[in-house]
Amino acid sequence: MRITSATTASLISTPGAAPMPAGRAANAPVAIAGTGVISAIGRNVTECLGSFEKGAAGMDTITYLGTVHRGQLPVAEVKADNETLARWAGVETSVSRTALLSLIAAREALERAAIPHRVRWRTGFISANTVGGMDRTENFYASFLDNPRYGRLRDVVLHECGSVTEWVADRLGITHFHSTISTACSSSANAISFGARMIRNGLLDIVVAGGTDALTRFTLNGFNSLMILDSRFCKPFDNDRLGLNLGEGAGYVVLVSDAVAATLSSPPGCVLSGFANANDAYHQTASSPDGRGSWLAMKGALQRAGLEPADISYINLHGTGTQNNDLAEGTAIRRLFDPVYPAMSSTKSFTGHTLGASGGIEAVFSVLAVLNGLIYPNLRFETPMTELPFTPTTEFLKGQPLRNVLSNSFGFGGNCTSLIFSKQSR
Amino acid sequence: MNIYIRSAACIAPTTNIGAADLPPLAKPAGNRLACIEPNYEELIDAKTLRRMSRIIRMGVAAAKSCLVEAGLPMPDAIVTGTGYGCVEDTVVFLRNMITRKEEALQPATFIQSTHNTVGAQIALILQCTGYNNTFVHRGFSFENAVLDAILLLREGEATTVLAGGLDELTDANYAILSRFGLYRHALAGEGAAFFLFANEPGPGDFAKLEGMTTFYRPETPEDARREMQGFLKDMAVDPGSIDLVIGEEIFPEIPTQPYKTQCGEYPTSTAYALWLASRLIKAGVHRRILVYNDYLGVHHAAFLLAAAS
Repeated sequence: MRITSATTASLISTPGAAPMPAGRAANAPVAIAGTGVISAIGRNVTECLGSFEKGAAGMDTITYLGTVHRGQLPVAEVKADNETLARWAGVETSVSRTALLSLIAAREALERAAIPHRVRWRTGFISANTVGGMDRTENFYASFLDNPRYGRLRDVVLHECGSVTEWVADRLGITHFHSTISTACSSSANAISFGARMIRNGLLDIVVAGGTDALTRFTLNGFNSLMILDSRFCKPFDNDRLGLNLGEGAGYVVLVSDAVAATLSSPPGCVLSGFANANDAYHQTASSPDGRGSWLAMKGALQRAGLEPADISYINLHGTGTQNNDLAEGTAIRRLFDPVYPAMSSTKSFTGHTLGASGGIEAVFSVLAVLNGLIYPNLRFETPMTELPFTPTTEFLKGQPLRNVLSNSFGFGGNCTSLIFSKQSR
Repeated sequence: MNIYIRSAACIAPTTNIGAADLPPLAKPAGNRLACIEPNYEELIDAKTLRRMSRIIRMGVAAAKSCLVEAGLPMPDAIVTGTGYGCVEDTVVFLRNMITRKEEALQPATFIQSTHNTVGAQIALILQCTGYNNTFVHRGFSFENAVLDAILLLREGEATTVLAGGLDELTDANYAILSRFGLYRHALAGEGAAFFLFANEPGPGDFAKLEGMTTFYRPETPEDARREMQGFLKDMAVDPGSIDLVIGEEIFPEIPTQPYKTQCGEYPTSTAYALWLASRLIKAGVHRRILVYNDYLGVHHAAFLLAAAS
């Protein structure tokens, strides 16, 4: 019996359905019970943390993606071919890499959450991605263009973004609620905030939320045509930055209601305390010079968390390494935080820009920062940006008293989202 | 709390936006339906229009006419749902990439290939810096967008939300989806419909959104029926009070009007059905309508609409 339902009957038009009380209930923190991640710096949480400590970046020459740009552009690939990923995931090899990465990270998140009797609860899977199963579609199209009857259909069966989410949800045994969000590079951050809202509104008890994206020729060539790829390893927030390196991976957090949190063997040490979504409304691909959308997202997240800028201990920057993003994001940070700046760094200096997955992967890193008192280094930083009065952290720091961590995700289409993760007050 | 549909606008194979009467049956070419597109220049600046693909034009035009109808220049939030996304631009970039062997590519179509392009373009044109989100979950894309709108209104994050569902049918998608057998018993379709949802009643409201539900892969028609009965029970609604079901037959005792003969099959077709239901209620033809969709046997969704006052 797979039939399950998400209904708004409790929310509108029925007796007792009322708007949420303003303030605390509408902005109640949502506990995080688990995290899972796969990226160029490791196939799970432990491996990724190890790479941070060693300062080992995930960029390299292109190894797994078949493209003419091999040898010219560095990328941050997950260090495994599809056969290996399929073996790790315990599934067939003909599946899109996007789905394989997603399943591996989402499963780790659920395992680490170790929720007793999970089937008793209403569980949702909210996963973001930007290109779905494009990694196989682009192979299909080479044949299909010759003749519309050519090309193996099994290569496009997971083409749609939502198909990837559904395929993974089926393997995780999650049927109550599925959703896929695609707002370019802020996709996963929006998936996480939507998940938190589903819990706050009483529609779900558990949500596995985050996102996934595999490297594809489509995205590599797209970003290359925009001329924002650095042919060296990227240098986020450096005055001499020349662009981004693309990466791939998946990252998920397990959000739980207070009722579920109460059943866990140890209380979750971290909560999602605030988030906000805003639009830059400036240009389809470029950020406004003053980072209007970024500023609105960060400010909104602080407001909803009931925090002041000075309460933030660390910012996990969007920090792509492009001229445009880092200046816009930095300008918005200056406007909001000046004159006292928290520690900050871009973990894209390790993982590359994982696009639709970045908000999920960086949410996982932010949660781990809160739980373990960590600040990650911003690799390859040398020269401060002339426009900004602050510089990113360049060392791996342990034992930091972090109370609140801000994670930024800003994307094409002006879609800007900021999340705040906070230490759970006991 | 109540949620009102202050206005609705649609571009579909049967009708032009702004048309006052109810749509006639569509005239398919083979088993394909194509939208009757309006004169976009009345709605979109000519310079901007030139750069837009068909789906962006349809989406922006439907969104703008929805706001004109509501008499509201700026919503608090914009939420879109699309199953296929901006397929035309995606395929153009893909084709160029393959035929030019990854060399000398122009970024224009790549830039407009992302699924959030329509929502982003609406924000850009309106200069709307508020909440902006895009759902891309197959037959639940539009449903997720409406759910988001409901939550935003309930949370007090917004008092008005512009939400829409849209998909375009391209030659490539038609060829591929035909090979999957999608159109063996259905017309291929497309469309763009936008709604202004509000937390307070307004003078010209189309309808009141009483509730919605989604459920995944029921094993038998009886399971689907039981799920729908449960939905109405949760809503405290007597099936006898429903004048019409728009969509697939689910309650044999209630008159049922299929809608895919008018718009065809596509992931966000419920946006068309909701537009049709809203208009029938506004015109006073019916007091309460249930929209029910079974998309490929996988995604089942229902919306319950009633007269606003």
